[in-house]
Amino acid sequence: MKKILKHREILLLAIIAIMIAGFASRAQGFAAPGNLANIFNDTSILIILALGQMTVILTKSIDLSVAANLAFTGMAVAMADAAYPGLPLILLVVMAIGIGACLGAINGYLVWALQIPPIVVTLGTLTIYRGMAFVLSGGAWVNAHQMTPTFLNFPRMPLLGLPVLAWIAIGIVIGAWFVLTRLPFGRAAYASGGNPTAAVYAGIDIGRTRFFAFVLSGALAGLCGYLWVSRYAVAYVDVAIGFELDTVAACVIGGISIAGGIGSVGGAVLGALFLGVIKNALPVIGISPFAQMAISGIVIVLAVVFNARAERRAGRIILRDRAAPEISA
Amino acid sequence: MTDTAHTKRTIPDRLGTKTSRILASWEVLLFGVAVLIFIFNAFASPYFLDAWNLSDATFNFTEKAMIAFAMALLVIAGEIDLSVAAIIALASTAMGAAAQMGIGTPGLVAIGIGTGLACGAVNGLLVSGLRLPSIVVTIGTMSLFRGISYIVLGDQAYGKYPASFAFFGQGYVAWVFSFEFVLFAVLAILFAILLHATNFGRQVFVIGNNEFAARFSGIPVERVKFILFLLTGLMSGVAAVCLTSRLGSTRPSIAQGWELEVVTMVVLGGVSILGGAGTIGGVVIAAFVMGLVTFGLGLLNVPGIVMSIFVGLLLIITIAVPIIARRVRDMR
Repeated sequence: MKKILKHREILLLAIIAIMIAGFASRAQGFAAPGNLANIFNDTSILIILALGQMTVILTKSIDLSVAANLAFTGMAVAMADAAYPGLPLILLVVMAIGIGACLGAINGYLVWALQIPPIVVTLGTLTIYRGMAFVLSGGAWVNAHQMTPTFLNFPRMPLLGLPVLAWIAIGIVIGAWFVLTRLPFGRAAYASGGNPTAAVYAGIDIGRTRFFAFVLSGALAGLCGYLWVSRYAVAYVDVAIGFELDTVAACVIGGISIAGGIGSVGGAVLGALFLGVIKNALPVIGISPFAQMAISGIVIVLAVVFNARAERRAGRIILRDRAAPEISA
Repeated sequence: MTDTAHTKRTIPDRLGTKTSRILASWEVLLFGVAVLIFIFNAFASPYFLDAWNLSDATFNFTEKAMIAFAMALLVIAGEIDLSVAAIIALASTAMGAAAQMGIGTPGLVAIGIGTGLACGAVNGLLVSGLRLPSIVVTIGTMSLFRGISYIVLGDQAYGKYPASFAFFGQGYVAWVFSFEFVLFAVLAILFAILLHATNFGRQVFVIGNNEFAARFSGIPVERVKFILFLLTGLMSGVAAVCLTSRLGSTRPSIAQGWELEVVTMVVLGGVSILGGAGTIGGVVIAAFVMGLVTFGLGLLNVPGIVMSIFVGLLLIITIAVPIIARRVRDMR
């Protein structure tokens, strides 16, 4: 099993490398280190969100509210910064993570305590959170001149050749890797998605694991709320609309099974980078940016086809999926 | 702790009296909600109780409800289609392109419905032919279908539709009853018959309850699922005809976010998102509830995005209340 996973990440890496080489042959300088660093920086937010989404998907759930969570927290911190320019940045970042975690906890609580299917819960909170962003702001925008310079400049600050935003993403990748492979929570997340029945017998509280997965996803979405608003220097209600699907797409491309229990941090990161490279390459090689949506659609479908074949080879049992919720519920 | 498993595993054929009571009370509860909202609206705004205003209100939900009927069958069978709104966009774009070439109204309708069927066939082939999980497949095709619209249209819009084409979205059959509303009513009856009174409908329930057993009972599971995706594509095509005719123009962002509203309508109507249970009657009432809420709030000058908070809350609360009630009952 592990061999296959390793194999597929190397494969994905190779595909990305070939893509970059291909684009570089059409457009000089695409593969230059500076440009690659730019692409990574550009994809940082997607990487962070994809890791949160991945944790949720591992537990056989899905979080469709991440982008709405991001919009609400982004709006909240931007307004706090505009209203009280004296607030230290660290407080605002903590506030973003805290609000995001609370919104994630609401999702997690509904899934855990009331046993409402995650897709229904997050479908509902998706509209609620974005609506709350509107109620909070009254539909007004928070523009660059209303935000303080520190608030705006922090993610862009260069540090050892990369902006802080990219370093935050790297830090979170390492953190996610540690949490998912070295901590009991990570084991529990894989177990409760891979085989809920066995997980229950092994003494794992599936509901609690899902709850914490949602809290984690929410906290990361909150952090991204701040990062997004300061990076694009504007906060409005429709920020990152539809971005939740990009995070799911990154996971699917990265080989994370939507049925739960299968996937790696490396896969999610590469899946996000795959989308990031395509997004950055299209304008460079002269394809209309309007084509991006159709291309990522084709990529997602192909990735699902590929995933299903890889999983089948690993000898999945058909009954597993149907029998599982009986015990987990 | 076995509540969800309980509702999920029961086969409608041999429903116990307790579960049937819960199912019955769901529609009754929802109907009660609809009546309450109606009364509240009538008191809140003096403009609400007007035949023409109420007729206008139906446009809020008729197109979405058409798709919701087919989606209900799909969800009962344990699948989902998130690409319905994107199918509307693509079908509308195809009709717009055809209209620019001077094709007449019958041709436009055929193209719109045909595009819907073709998109449904793509989803169906991917899900039932290759046996892929429908939620990710349709997230992919959702990007693909709407993406094609964006490639064709970019930031442009199609506008010149023939005058006779306007009938589907703006015409009235009799008095205040619009063509869309009559179509909605006819489709509701047809889908209710299909789901509740035919072998096919029975097979849909069996697949949703236990796909494995369905296979062993000789039900052509893949074929039924393929037909359901085809049906959902077809209804999206029909909705695209109505919506395009009503708006009189096509942009690639047409019907953005509708997939979530359609799923909300289905779930609000009492269809189990885990599959295996649900009625068309519930979806019809849910359509009225959502239409009344948005229309009533609109009369009170509540912005659309704030309405969506109410729709989201409605979705979660209507699902949470019976679960909590059942748990309290079980504790006794």
